[in-house]
Amino acid sequence: MAITGLFLISFLIVHLLGNLQLLDLSVEGQEKFNAYAKFMTSFPLIKIISYVLYISILFHAIDGIVLVMQNRKARPERYKSWKPNTNSIWASRNMGLLGTIILAFIIMHMGQFWYQMHWGDIGVDSEGNKNLAAVVIKTYQDGSAGLIFVLLYVISMAAIAFHLWHGFASAFQTFGLNHKRYTPVIKKVGYGISVIIPLAYAIIPVYILMAKN
Amino acid sequence: MDLKLKIWRQANQNTKGELKDYAIKNVSADSSFLEMMDQLNEELITKGEEPVVFDHDCREGICGMCSLHINGEPHGPQNATTTCQLHMRKFKDGDTIYIEPWRSRAFPVIKDLSVDRNAFDRIIEAGGYVSVNTSGNTLDANAMPVPKADADEAFNSATCIGCGACVAACPNASAMLFVSAKVSQLSLLPQGKVEAKDRVLNMVNQMDLEGFGNCSNVGACAEECPKEISLENIARMNREYLGASLASSK
Ligand code: SF4
Ligand code: FES
Repeated sequence: MAITGLFLISFLIVHLLGNLQLLDLSVEGQEKFNAYAKFMTSFPLIKIISYVLYISILFHAIDGIVLVMQNRKARPERYKSWKPNTNSIWASRNMGLLGTIILAFIIMHMGQFWYQMHWGDIGVDSEGNKNLAAVVIKTYQDGSAGLIFVLLYVISMAAIAFHLWHGFASAFQTFGLNHKRYTPVIKKVGYGISVIIPLAYAIIPVYILMAKN
Repeated sequence: MDLKLKIWRQANQNTKGELKDYAIKNVSADSSFLEMMDQLNEELITKGEEPVVFDHDCREGICGMCSLHINGEPHGPQNATTTCQLHMRKFKDGDTIYIEPWRSRAFPVIKDLSVDRNAFDRIIEAGGYVSVNTSGNTLDANAMPVPKADADEAFNSATCIGCGACVAACPNASAMLFVSAKVSQLSLLPQGKVEAKDRVLNMVNQMDLEGFGNCSNVGACAEECPKEISLENIARMNREYLGASLASSK
């Protein structure tokens, strides 16, 4: 979980930096994004990394499901009175639930954009690149469906925030790194990225929706 | 003070248990939690009912025998305190108190509130020792230099009394805090370093065989541990386990 988790966080950062280009909604801005999307789907090294990424997501999810099932079995009879909030935070105990929300989001998200980019009939821009920017803008601006997709997006980002709140520092503990000097820093970095990354992501569809008129 | 108690009653491992209600009057605020249980049992015996079975021994917070999941927390509401050292002044007149056994597949209920914690003993048997020659040529332990910081750290880990509250508190019923404390108290000292690799592999292996859950770094164990064993022990064990599995000759 720790290795794939940290790798997926590094993906979150790269993916965010690329997609922040969508905040430029001018024609040139959209064409720049389309050129970037073409590069990301055709450059061989990036293709290899994206396959590693798909495998990591699957492994992280399956490993998570196995762990949750084993851990449920480890306590067949539940407590009648149980006050877990006195000794741990909610996110740390609900990584499976949060992960499920995130996985559902990834599937929807890939269906909306990744699938369209590869196999959809989405037309090209004046540079001859597939016009992914137009698909993104339409998805989040298109009437009440657009509003719902923006909402789902924001909720999923909240799930990622809670997932990272526990997950980032937890990965280092799993590797055996727990040190009086470094652990407080690791925790702070974890809390920092778990707020900043999802927030920056959420700004993209919200901004697109608000730029509608 | 007068209290309402909801106590888990279960005849044996093979029957289903349930919470039963009891009312107890005139409990002294100065009595310990277990003395309150004694008072209840005396009343039950006088009435000709079965007394409630619970584990206890030293009643001084040092043996690790007492347990009890009290109002949703192992060893009750007071931090760094075993059930035997918990006093009734922590509760208020008229309170309802839930009393349940440790819940873990690896700790089956023997009767009522008493659970079988032999799984811990089997983990110790798997590697929680140092092999020394006792045929007359034993070395004086003090002849072996140990850095003060290591000695202190090992001592802290060794204060684990093996009560199992960590398992009881963990949402995954994982035994990592106990096992890591035992791994640490030995591997930090020169005498324990010799067998460190096999020890960590064997003890972790036995832990998994016993049916404890997996650690997901929730941290409830360290919060509820009456001896305040820290999560650093788990990190140390993870480190050692990783190293030992990569370098193991087997
Ligand atoms: S680590 Fe703490 S809670 Fe766990 S067995 Fe040892 S003393 Fe009890
Ligand atoms: S009875 Fe010995 S520690 Fe509580």
